[in-house]
Amino acid sequence: MEKNDAGVIIVGAGHAGGTAAALLRQFGYAAPIRLVGEEPLAPYQRPPLSKAWLKGEADAESLALKPESFYAEAGITLSLGGRVVALDRASKTVRLESGETHAYEALILATGARARKLDVAGADLDGVLVLRSAADAEALKSSLGPGKRLAVVGGGYIGLEAAASSRALGGEAVVLEREPRILARVAGPVLSDFFTRYHQGKGVEIRTEVEIAAFEGERGRVVAVRLANGERIACDVVLVGVGAIPNTELAAEAGLACDNGIIVDAGARTVDPAIFAIGDVTRRPLERYGRDGRLESVANALEQARQAASAIVGRPVPPSEVTWNWSDQYDLKLQIAGLPFDVDDVVLRGDPASGSFALFHLAGDVIQAVEAVNAPAEFMAGRQLIGHLRAISRARLADTAFSMKEVAA
Amino acid sequence: MAKITYVEHNGSEHTLEVKSGLSVMEGAVKNNVPGIDADCGGACACATCHVYVDEAWLAKTGEKSAMEESMLDFAENVEPNSRLSCQIKVSDDLDGLIVRMPESQH
Repeated sequence: MEKNDAGVIIVGAGHAGGTAAALLRQFGYAAPIRLVGEEPLAPYQRPPLSKAWLKGEADAESLALKPESFYAEAGITLSLGGRVVALDRASKTVRLESGETHAYEALILATGARARKLDVAGADLDGVLVLRSAADAEALKSSLGPGKRLAVVGGGYIGLEAAASSRALGGEAVVLEREPRILARVAGPVLSDFFTRYHQGKGVEIRTEVEIAAFEGERGRVVAVRLANGERIACDVVLVGVGAIPNTELAAEAGLACDNGIIVDAGARTVDPAIFAIGDVTRRPLERYGRDGRLESVANALEQARQAASAIVGRPVPPSEVTWNWSDQYDLKLQIAGLPFDVDDVVLRGDPASGSFALFHLAGDVIQAVEAVNAPAEFMAGRQLIGHLRAISRARLADTAFSMKEVAA
Repeated sequence: MAKITYVEHNGSEHTLEVKSGLSVMEGAVKNNVPGIDADCGGACACATCHVYVDEAWLAKTGEKSAMEESMLDFAENVEPNSRLSCQIKVSDDLDGLIVRMPESQH
């Protein structure tokens, strides 16, 4: 096969993979593009699954990254419901489960992550759900509503968003967290405390320092969570949100370096120059922080999609930006920028009781990360200051009499 | 339905029919028009769907929310006619709308 006929194969038709395909065409890439995804759906946005979509405020059409017609018009071949079972780097080919073999000029691995499951009795009962895919969200949504009680295992952002959605739909919610506080892995105590109170104020029960012993079912469907202390928490549906595991198997079997993620450089390239990896599956340089890590965010997925697509067409590869993320719960918009590495102090700006405040995580006088609740100026200014590594005045930062423009000046 | 003209920073024009109820951002993104990234998908969380609204259309595109105003305050190359295109809902009234894009969303 001619090199130019081989084109780009993208393994994984999620947010990252779908964006990479569309960008390649935007950038004028003319050779074939094949997008292989295990789900039956064309690429769609995942963040709304636990937010607007779960509350019925978004439909399948608005979730879709592009309309159905786009792929044929753009000459992008979709292999949906397909799975790549082997990658042969020597011959630059991939083999699908169906037996088809396809050659590539460049390969993009966008295989994402899967939800971690709990290894307890009853974990395979109907109604014990995770939330990664549209099908997961559909199953969850059908179990929420008036009179329905959602038990969330794991007080992370997805679980809290689902709890908020359950309340918005007229149902109940209880959050079961192993640590002494919710958001323990991803946020500081002040933010944990704020979200705990806010959820409690909205009627969500929050239980911390609890261990799940088992899920109990009747006729194959979950009806309760049994805690290690023997307590039984009745529910109609369970959402397990206890983290994700990167889908590195294909890459690892092909000999690509992996370490809790496929290892890529600052341009999303793996150790094989013809192979890129993008999105949740990658372990990447976090240049701003002088270390490596895996990021599970849309911002990361899109940044690496832009980098891979740029490299493939020979455009300048855009540098990494300050990473960011957001969460919508009730009328709260939490925006996060940066990562709280090497932090020696946290400055609170604004009053959590007012529902609008920000937490700045500092290393010396340099902002490493910001968590902003209904505080977009703090988020935007914080994101820029993090990127510029510029020392700020802590006194001004803590004093809302100074605007963020004045803080940043 | 409204006919909207998206003008890239390099001058390339894309004139599209966009369904009422969608946002001006969605009209561009769903049609793979370059120059509007909209990383957050329309949650007003990222400011990567920045556009300049043609002066003649400013009044019809409505008021900015406090959230949008604050996000724009810190975006690059902001002008008085800057908007986040995810916050402009398309309606028949916007038939003929022209928006121009900044050099970069990042």
